[in-house]
Amino acid sequence: MTNSTWLVLGASSSIARAFALEAAAQGDDVLLAGRDTADLERGAADIRIRHDVQVEVIDFDAEVVDSHDAFVDAVTTRAAGFGDKPLNVFLAFGLMPDQSAIDADPDQAQRAIMATYAGAVSVLHRLAPILEARKSGHVVVLGSVAGDRGRIKNYVYGSAKAGLHAYLQGLRNRLFRSGVTVTTVKPGFIDTTMTWGMPGLFLVASPRDCARACLRYAKKGAEIRYFPSFWWVIMTIIKNIPEPIFKRLSI
Amino acid sequence: MTLTGWGRTRRAEVDACRPERGQTAIGLLKGRYDRGILAHGLGRSYGDAPLNDGGNILLTERLNRMVSFDPSDGTLVCEAGVTFDDLLTAFLPRGFLPPTSPGTAFATIGGAIANDVHGKNHDRVGSFGDHVLWLDLILPTGEMARVSPTERPELFAATIGGVGLTGVILHACFRLRRVFSGSVDVRERRMPDLDAFMASLSEARETAGYSVGWIDGMARGGDMGRGILETAETAATDAPAKPSKARAVPIDLPGFTLNPLSINLFNQAYYRRVSAEGRTRTMPIRQFLYPLDAIHHWNRIYGKRGFHQFQAVIPDAEAVAGMRKLLEAISEARAGSFLAVLKTLGGEGRGLLSFPTRGYTLALDFPRRDGVEDLMARLTAIALDHGGRIYLAKDAVLDAASFARMYPKLGDFRHVLDGIDPDRRIQSDLSRRLDIRGVSP
Repeated sequence: MTNSTWLVLGASSSIARAFALEAAAQGDDVLLAGRDTADLERGAADIRIRHDVQVEVIDFDAEVVDSHDAFVDAVTTRAAGFGDKPLNVFLAFGLMPDQSAIDADPDQAQRAIMATYAGAVSVLHRLAPILEARKSGHVVVLGSVAGDRGRIKNYVYGSAKAGLHAYLQGLRNRLFRSGVTVTTVKPGFIDTTMTWGMPGLFLVASPRDCARACLRYAKKGAEIRYFPSFWWVIMTIIKNIPEPIFKRLSI
Repeated sequence: MTLTGWGRTRRAEVDACRPERGQTAIGLLKGRYDRGILAHGLGRSYGDAPLNDGGNILLTERLNRMVSFDPSDGTLVCEAGVTFDDLLTAFLPRGFLPPTSPGTAFATIGGAIANDVHGKNHDRVGSFGDHVLWLDLILPTGEMARVSPTERPELFAATIGGVGLTGVILHACFRLRRVFSGSVDVRERRMPDLDAFMASLSEARETAGYSVGWIDGMARGGDMGRGILETAETAATDAPAKPSKARAVPIDLPGFTLNPLSINLFNQAYYRRVSAEGRTRTMPIRQFLYPLDAIHHWNRIYGKRGFHQFQAVIPDAEAVAGMRKLLEAISEARAGSFLAVLKTLGGEGRGLLSFPTRGYTLALDFPRRDGVEDLMARLTAIALDHGGRIYLAKDAVLDAASFARMYPKLGDFRHVLDGIDPDRRIQSDLSRRLDIRGVSP
């Protein structure tokens, strides 16, 4: 089995942390990227102790796009330090302020878009040539069911994820020519800090199960997947509600 | 949200938080809580020790990072939400085991310390608290304290077995034990009655690496106390790996599933499956240490009313008489359940409220039916008459007066808590039921 290196973007999140552990359990090396490097260092120690693989931490802020060139250089250097292995990318960051907080302070919309969409495009677009040159690798990006239809409760975050979904379709089209797979995973309810304490959730999946599914999809080179998969049914129904009716709903 | 102990006899409506970073947990301890806050791991304590009805709960399950490991001597530092399962998965392939382990791998290290848990090797290695080198404790005020046998030793002693009342354990440092295989050679022998059982356990505590007895609580008369004695040693080589998938009890079984007849049949079968000559097998250590972990949610077989677990230890000098009286009361009430566990303990723990003392300990489940709590009160009285004590990790029914008689260092414990938590910011259903904090000074 040839092992690879996973670059995990937004690595402090529950799903990303679970993903890094699962990848390491299979023998892959991991680069953890995010803002809270102190927390990431603790996560890195945890992975090293449990799975005896190489783990390093790189400072990364999705919202500061000026820093992304330097970041991608750092990724290349660190990944090379792990040996000549395929490079894969798992992107898990996003910012979901309460819709009411955005309504009160429209600047929050800008932040949500920067962190969730513009920052993701910025970093993926800089990583794309590296992946193309290697002619292999997997990219897995967490989208959201919120991006499938704009809803009163969450439409700024939803629109950012919708933009991301469209971007990933194009990126998939482009990287396919170089043998790189791009997978969009649209999680339903996952038991993370983002959903903790929210009322009305059902059939909540664990971050670990989500992470395992993401790894599986990557290996298969899947294109678009809902997790848990029954969300495909739910979202198909929601997407097909005619707009004159949908505008009256508050789901 | 609603939380229960593993026995599901007690329920608590709590306001829960689930920090993912230590810093967040520290901040949370600084908050204001009308009815206190309490750390809760994976809820494997049976009664109300992990509950705080109407109050706040800090779930530690996501504070589960390993911080450092020194393979030269097995010293591990980890966050308190790490489980025994995590430890075995990470370290058994590298030849290390937790120093001792409770009967489930789904307990957290924080819980193991807060209940000063023991295993089937207590005579040899002591309880979990005996292996702790130091702890980082978030005090009830949100300050951090490093405690060890030399740094704030009274607070350390209050935290070992302190059922979570001294604060929230953030990090623990302890030493893993080297083993040369991940398997054990297990010898099983039939024990025809209680006297034979006690005599064999007494011998095994001196000679065997692990020892545990399974008693048929339904057997009466001359058969009373019969069962199977298991002794085990680390095997020279690994047993062939048999990938076994854990099964789960999918739903609460109806209350009549467990009745005297079905339990009696099960216990008979369990006794007879070992031939009269005994048998020796090599098995993965997980299978030996955690037989019930192979069935997830096994507590559901007792139905939605749940079950009590009774566990008492009786000091050596009184053990023969005490165990006989306990078993007589149990078989007379026909209330016994699946196998009772009988084993020896080696000595006192380091904690002010540690359960272990040198003696014999009996543990068994009682499906929660009418009259069971009366029976448990009788058993408690017998234990008390023979100088015994009840294990708080299992308990949901003990009264405050009996508790105070069983734990002679309660006064010292109260004194430590009055010093670090005068406003009673940490509380649990157990601490209120047993009046652990006592009258305000």
